[in-house]
Amino acid sequence: MIASSRPFLPVLVRREHASLTVKLVAPPVALGLATLLNLGLYVLMGRDPVAVFHAMLLEPFLSWVSFSEVLLKTGPLLLIAQGLAIGFRAKVFNIGAEGQFILGAIFASAIPIWFPAATGQWIWPSMLVIGALGGALWASLTAFWRVRLNANEILVSLMLALVAAQLLNYLLLGPWKDPAGFNFPQSVMFQYDAMVPILIPGTRVNVSLLVAVAFSLAAWVFMQRSFAGYKLQVGGLAPHAAGYAGFNEGRAIWLSLLIGGFAAGLAGAAEVAGPLGQLQRSISTGYGYAAIIVAYLGGLHPVGIVFSALLMAALYIGGDNAMVSANLPVAAVRVFQGSLLLAYLVAIAFVRYRLVWRHAAHGSTS
Amino acid sequence: MNAVEFIVAGMLAAATPFLLAALGELVAERAGVLNLGVEGLMALGAVIAFIVVYQGGGHLLGFLAAGLASAALSLVFAVIALGFRANQVAVGLAIGILGQGLSALFGKSYESLTVRGLPKLSLPWLSDIPVVGGLFAQDIVVWLSLAATVAIWATFAYTKTGLVVRAVGENPKAAHALGYPVIAVRFAAVAFGGVLAGFAGAYAAVVYTPLWADGMIAGRGWIAIALVVFGTWLTSRIFLGACLFGAVSLASLAAQATGLGVSSQLLSSLPYLVTVIVLGIISSNRRLLKLNGVASLGEPFER
Repeated sequence: MIASSRPFLPVLVRREHASLTVKLVAPPVALGLATLLNLGLYVLMGRDPVAVFHAMLLEPFLSWVSFSEVLLKTGPLLLIAQGLAIGFRAKVFNIGAEGQFILGAIFASAIPIWFPAATGQWIWPSMLVIGALGGALWASLTAFWRVRLNANEILVSLMLALVAAQLLNYLLLGPWKDPAGFNFPQSVMFQYDAMVPILIPGTRVNVSLLVAVAFSLAAWVFMQRSFAGYKLQVGGLAPHAAGYAGFNEGRAIWLSLLIGGFAAGLAGAAEVAGPLGQLQRSISTGYGYAAIIVAYLGGLHPVGIVFSALLMAALYIGGDNAMVSANLPVAAVRVFQGSLLLAYLVAIAFVRYRLVWRHAAHGSTS
Repeated sequence: MNAVEFIVAGMLAAATPFLLAALGELVAERAGVLNLGVEGLMALGAVIAFIVVYQGGGHLLGFLAAGLASAALSLVFAVIALGFRANQVAVGLAIGILGQGLSALFGKSYESLTVRGLPKLSLPWLSDIPVVGGLFAQDIVVWLSLAATVAIWATFAYTKTGLVVRAVGENPKAAHALGYPVIAVRFAAVAFGGVLAGFAGAYAAVVYTPLWADGMIAGRGWIAIALVVFGTWLTSRIFLGACLFGAVSLASLAAQATGLGVSSQLLSSLPYLVTVIVLGIISSNRRLLKLNGVASLGEPFER
């Protein structure tokens, strides 16, 4: 072909086989890319990028105390993301986990708030169970709207998350407000037996981390080894084929949303029965939304999600560090989260495509 | 002023952020692109407009800057979702989170500050009619938004441009075979949606409630996306839907002011509940959605 003045442009060409290598290196590449972009932003904001990098990405791992806080935050992120990933693989986009998390926290809090004098080892386990059911119940509204009314689950689950936040406000400003709490929007402190036992002495890490790990294991078995999980995945990848095979779409949607709501509700319950010890307005710092990023970054795979949950938890702790030591606004964490997901979505494009440089013209080289 | 007069007079202004954002999303969706980042695009537009107006740049410059900023962010969406053919749902969510994060970051030192809004321009005689007269006294942005609504309706109904956008959304392969640049049309539609989302955010922050507070968009971007479904991808119905939501948000304000004894949290969640209920009613008519929906919505285009 004769060299011409036509510009040389990159074109994405479909690979014959999806690249497993790219799939494995995509998350670290995305992390590197997002880190570079955000450090650039901090320089523009007049912050010392080295100090922010140290505070945000290294410090969480440098001391046992801060790493234990990372583990504490990993619990809820891991739980919610495992639940969401199951739905995402079935192409059921539950993005209202934040609301299911809040409902889990509310349901769990009902026990210590209504029975403040109760004692016994049964209290915290039943809080976790009731919280999980509360989350599943909230998600079942979305499932009903989607299956019976054909409504888009993205919009319904998100709207219900906004409603849940208002419901929490209502309870904390009204019936569940601590009468001796100087009018702060928070409930009474829960009794000792309403607390999930500490797992690692000397830290705040509690048994709910084990619950999250067990749930991850169950998610792996369900998705990789069970027929029900297989049916969900086929429904997501090839809905028509799933229909011909007689896999029920409505059942897949119900299952996806109930599992997602159950996990998010469990996480919410573990939060009030764990580090907080009361129902507060700030029970969730966007866990439900961050877990969406965790799920994608982990490749929607139960094993990958364990790593991405740890990373996201470290980012939360690192963001707090950077706020104190480098005067970085807390919103910087959200910016980092958003750009991390974008970078990842670019990186995984190369799982299915490769870049080829071509002359820009209609079919000149193809 | 009684509650009815209050709602009639303020409905259009309250509807404008919904209307502008929903019209922008309509154009993107008609071209086959589902951009779920509207909430973030609005938040970014809002903070940029607020900063420009607060620094004395004036409303015109504020709106222009907001439109540019949100268009730039929506082009990031377009590059990743259309260029790299990534999952549009995921890219939209990421853009939403990024936009909200950026708006909180930029707006940090402006928290709770206020600016001056825009004066109302009244139509002679009409605005003197009792009860409904308030409807005819609106600020310039509301009047321009109404004009934009008509223009977009006419573009889809009567022009070749509108036809090309719809063809690209309905059947991109056929549109490509006819020689239309599918990806370029989609980029343009997304950028147009970005500009309108930026304007919507700007209106919310420097005209409708001219003060800055983090999270002030409060789900309006998401409701705008729902409005496109309510309106079954028709400009006229989207306009009516936006008016409904304008009225609902004003009614909840009026009810809070009169203290009807209903909890303010219930009233604040009214727009979200109405969205869920209306979405259920409209969507359950599967034939209607199938007839008016966009065939290739959310699907990447490959030659």
